Amino acid sequence: MEGRRRAMIAEIGAFAATLALALSLAQGGLGLFFQQSEARAAAAAALAQAAALCCGLAFVLLVTLFVQSDFTVAVVAANSHIDKPLIYKIAGAWGNHEGSMLLWCFVSALFGAIFASVRGSQSLGLWARTIGVQGLVTAGALTYALFLSNPFARLDPAPMIGSGLNPLLQDPALAAHPPLLYLGYVGMSVPFSLALAALLEGKADQAWARVLRPWTLIAWTSLTLGIGLGSYWAYYELGWGGWWFWDPVENASFMPWLVAAALVHSAIVTERRGSLASWTTLLAIMGFGLALLGTFLVRSGVLTSVHAFAVDPQRGIAVLVMLAVALGAGFGLYAWRASTLGQPSGFAAVSRESMLVWNNFGLAVAAGVVLIGTIYPLLVEAFGGGLISVGPPFFNATVAPLLLLLFLLLPLGPMLTWRKGDMSAALLKLAPAAILAVLTLIIALVATQWRAAPAIGLMIGVWLVAGGFIYIWTRLQRGAGKLSAKIALLPLAVWSMSLAHIGTGVLTLGAVAETGFRTEQAVALSPGEGVAFAGRRITLLEVGSVEGPNYSATRANFRVDQTNGAAHALSAERRYFTTSPMPTSEVGILSALDGDLYVALGEQVRETQGAWTVRLYHNPLVHLIFIGVTLMALGGGLSLVALARKRRAAS
Amino acid sequence: MSFAAFLLAATAPAALGDPAQEARAQSLDREIRCVQCENEPIAQSTAEIATDMRALVRERIAAGDSDEEIRAYFRQRYGDFVLFRPPFDARTWALWAAPLILGGAGLFAVLASRRRRSAAAAEFTPEEGER
Repeated sequence: MEGRRRAMIAEIGAFAATLALALSLAQGGLGLFFQQSEARAAAAAALAQAAALCCGLAFVLLVTLFVQSDFTVAVVAANSHIDKPLIYKIAGAWGNHEGSMLLWCFVSALFGAIFASVRGSQSLGLWARTIGVQGLVTAGALTYALFLSNPFARLDPAPMIGSGLNPLLQDPALAAHPPLLYLGYVGMSVPFSLALAALLEGKADQAWARVLRPWTLIAWTSLTLGIGLGSYWAYYELGWGGWWFWDPVENASFMPWLVAAALVHSAIVTERRGSLASWTTLLAIMGFGLALLGTFLVRSGVLTSVHAFAVDPQRGIAVLVMLAVALGAGFGLYAWRASTLGQPSGFAAVSRESMLVWNNFGLAVAAGVVLIGTIYPLLVEAFGGGLISVGPPFFNATVAPLLLLLFLLLPLGPMLTWRKGDMSAALLKLAPAAILAVLTLIIALVATQWRAAPAIGLMIGVWLVAGGFIYIWTRLQRGAGKLSAKIALLPLAVWSMSLAHIGTGVLTLGAVAETGFRTEQAVALSPGEGVAFAGRRITLLEVGSVEGPNYSATRANFRVDQTNGAAHALSAERRYFTTSPMPTSEVGILSALDGDLYVALGEQVRETQGAWTVRLYHNPLVHLIFIGVTLMALGGGLSLVALARKRRAAS
Repeated sequence: MSFAAFLLAATAPAALGDPAQEARAQSLDREIRCVQCENEPIAQSTAEIATDMRALVRERIAAGDSDEEIRAYFRQRYGDFVLFRPPFDARTWALWAAPLILGGAGLFAVLASRRRRSAAAAEFTPEEGER
């Protein structure tokens, strides 16, 4: 009996997903052909909620299959293992292609249902059409998930223990990383649906932008957290001492992030002033296009080589078809209807709007350069030009300076008023930040013996942070009363924006310091031997073996003596999983105010008996990178709260 | 300089004695791709071939090659694929020109739309600009 009930779960899951597909197709049809009927639009909204429930059920059932280690299901057999800790059995549900695509569908249906449930003051046409487009997006994803990567497919004969999750993925940060990224990727589908609905309506006005903003913020904040978490994971798990590698997979998430960041800003202009409406719709379309392209690049195997793509082209081609349909519909509608959107209201060359236009210019060009750099090797190979690599040296030479240039303008934006601003007054207020920044530049130049690039980077970081604080300060100068009362009364929107901008500065400082000043060294150490590194002395105490739940590890214990006499213990491991030939590394990190001492254990040295290769890194100010990202995400989250409060006050 | 001497003694055999040369080597390590791994520079890879390639970089530096000569040496041995910094040639000019082309197109779009808008903005007074 028990066995039979268990055996039904996969079938119920597949049925729920199929039902969700039918429901979301109906949602699409009803929403788009609602013919100004409140009843039909309400039916489309109800269908959206039902589709989300079915998708949710399918996903929960898949997780159940993983928890039960039901190896008659192919995905579970290929990606799980009976000895795996429970949390990784659960995370295993989305740590593979099929499961992650089902998660994609679920998030898309969920966002559609939430959108359908909160109508607010939206016009019937906008609301119904957005629900309709979102329904088609979900339906497209479900079609793919069901017909090309069915997570519920059975396996016969079933293996006894399962082949295990990729050990690298067995990590708490990586359990949370994909869902957050998907919230971001799929979050861009709502702005896309809203843009298409606006084009169909022939109207992208301030009310439309008011609806668009929170959804863009959700996507951007999730992407920020997801990318930050991924980067942090790479930092402490890969044992390479770095945090960003301009890897195509990283770029695939960075492109939608850049466009989402641009959209967060352009939507403000459209909401406040009604300007940039057609550019905002275009950005929303491109943002989702890049999110789909990201999914394609990561999921098709095309990244390693176009030849790898040829091995299993079906899935990749299906995602490409979805991408073509989405972008074709989007750009087609845009070309046809954009001229009917909104009336531009004027603004001067020196104004808040103008600065936000430059923000969008910088972010969009950066996204374009990342895109070209990422796909260029594929293009060259496809046209028979042989294999080339485009890596960090290219992106550091192009994207980094572009972003730094953009950051140079950033603190000016909030200081200028809408329509027409006063540049000299803004510059005067920012003078302390400018002085601080120039002092940083001079000190950094002298201290590094005239290394210009990191010095300029540090200068810009200081300029951003100080500029952010000065903006809060100038807002506190307005009106009369006690400072503490004014601090309490300062709008949340001021805090959230400043937090995000200061976070950008903090991230810049960390990124520049880490990239410019990190030191590394590979040494061979025998137990008892020590080495001087980065003002410390690191001694290898002993090397032993440890048993984990589903791995065995070699662990090295170190002692770190600092110049002030303090000593710390530090250990690093290499873990060997029974299910994978590649060992993973657990690095030892000793954090101090000036940065991290980072120790990774390598292999045993062949020539010298008992000696081990140890890689030492000193990463100055690296924690600022992760603090900066957290501040940015916090700014995004607070901004959402501020928008929700404002809306509640208005209604 | 007993500190430096100690440092040398414990350093893996591949590292170069002169810190400036070793810094050059490490910077090259980050630009050269491990030919066996998936998208990793030899600086990071634990593969045996990466170790050999790192040793080769140091060998060339010790022999007095310039960074450019070393890049050319690796390129000749393993093809363009081995360099993360693509060379500028007939196939890659569009890549290196991309920032300029995109930036130029964006600049043109911004300036063209500004001409339309600034005419409308001329009527506003700065007071109206306050929110």
